[in-house]
Amino acid sequence: MIKIAQLSCGSEYSGIQKEIEEAADSVGAEVFYPDVEFDEIEEAIDEFGFVPASPNLRLMIARAKKIVDGEVDADAAVVLSCFRCSEGALVRSEVRKFLQQNTEIPVVTYAFTEKTDKSELLTRMEALVSIVEKKDLLSWDKQTGISAGIDSGSSTTKCVIMKENEIIGKDWTPTKEVVPTAQKVFEEALKDAGLEKDDIEKIGVSGYGRHTIGDAIDADLIIEELTAGSKGAAWLANRLKGGATIIDIGGMDNKAINIYDGIPDGFTMGGICAGASGRFLEMTADRIGVEIEELGEYASRGDPDKVEMDSYCAIFGVQDLVTSLSEGSAIEDVAAAACYSVAEQVYQNQLQEVEIRTPIIEVGGTALIEGLHEAMRAILGLEEDELIVPENPQYAVVTGAALLASAVWG
Amino acid sequence: MKIFISPPNSLILRDLVKEGGHEPLTMMREIKKKVTKSGLDSPPLNVTELDPEKGLKYASNEVPSGVRGRMAVIGPMIQKADAAIIVKNAKYSFGCVGCARTNELIEYLLNQRDIPLITVEYPESEEEGRKMIKKIRNFLDDLDD
Repeated sequence: MIKIAQLSCGSEYSGIQKEIEEAADSVGAEVFYPDVEFDEIEEAIDEFGFVPASPNLRLMIARAKKIVDGEVDADAAVVLSCFRCSEGALVRSEVRKFLQQNTEIPVVTYAFTEKTDKSELLTRMEALVSIVEKKDLLSWDKQTGISAGIDSGSSTTKCVIMKENEIIGKDWTPTKEVVPTAQKVFEEALKDAGLEKDDIEKIGVSGYGRHTIGDAIDADLIIEELTAGSKGAAWLANRLKGGATIIDIGGMDNKAINIYDGIPDGFTMGGICAGASGRFLEMTADRIGVEIEELGEYASRGDPDKVEMDSYCAIFGVQDLVTSLSEGSAIEDVAAAACYSVAEQVYQNQLQEVEIRTPIIEVGGTALIEGLHEAMRAILGLEEDELIVPENPQYAVVTGAALLASAVWG
Repeated sequence: MKIFISPPNSLILRDLVKEGGHEPLTMMREIKKKVTKSGLDSPPLNVTELDPEKGLKYASNEVPSGVRGRMAVIGPMIQKADAAIIVKNAKYSFGCVGCARTNELIEYLLNQRDIPLITVEYPESEEEGRKMIKKIRNFLDDLDD
């Protein structure tokens, strides 16, 4: 049983403790509170150097110190505080850094509301468990034989076929009904590779629909998209050794993942606001009347500073863009402003929760939008070679799933 | 009289109020009601997602859910109180709701109510402790008058 230390403030009174425990249980882990004596709390905050006013946040620091001092046996840690609590956000972030700098355990942080349910926590918990439990598998960095990866994402379903460490077939389509969509992309990718189903030795599945598809097609590996995407991004970017940060701006949520040798050691997922997702860029493209594939090109020619955007909300953001268009703004400037807005929110919401470890590898369907790279480079102040957008960035998760599936024994 | 105590889970304050012949309003009693009612929806306290919504009566939606969830339990106790005792800067072992923002709101709401109220600092020595107990006992005695 994987033991996940829970360092939190407010989860019981928000009514979500049960959701946290059920999410952990459903991935074969258990959460526990590290025991701390009353006297140890004051000592811990004195040593830590941050004195929050809230006693539960002081307790959170003392519990983190117990882990760092090796007095508590934890395989992973989850650091949680209430959404909109500034003091909680400060402590959460510092505790996360403290654990990452002083231990080897994977850490995930999350700001919850009373509406948080176990499905929102599941991928995060599953990633923690994968990192701990599948360490040997995750260290694999070469695909062997013939394998397939299927990613059932919130917007699109993708598939790649790999043979002896090369991608030989691929396909994607918008996600409709999960299993038929997955079967369709699998068949198309096989056609692209010139192979039959029976030629495939191993199949790895990932994404939101991974468990449903995994059961339906009897997959060899069912893996969440954080670890599969990390391995795939590192492979696509040819960065299988050393450190990097992966940014995956998805249709529904964003991920920022620190990796070392292709294995995640810290990550964050956003999912509270659509204004920072690929969906907002789709809405923008639709509103200004260009295809999503063309949005990046338009954005590259535009100037984001010429458009006033007062809101980060997807709905109000589009309204701002509409107002700008009605005032005569060029669609290039509007496209650039939309890309800049998404990049800025990813920086403000996700990249504050992880270490910015260069190079940055941008993957996911939105990585095809070149205006977004330029915005990200400008916001993060990156040199040309510090941002890598590999070929086929939309296939990062499937590539990782196919690669890792090929290493599954039996 | 019904006496609100802060911290609302302080066993020492509860005992003092009872000894003084009054009824202490405590978190323990409210949480006991929650966990002993039929069905345990959300262990360990049985505070469910509906409680932070009830807490909207005391704090807006911008306020963290943990504060609103606490206020769903504590707010009605403040409304019911005929008098209140606040011990400021109490140590964990004395009682604690865990959240500084909730403490601020409790104190504010008590001050808004036109009821007898005593505020004392948590004692740092035995001597200060004796003085604090005496002040609280006097306050409770005066309520009888």
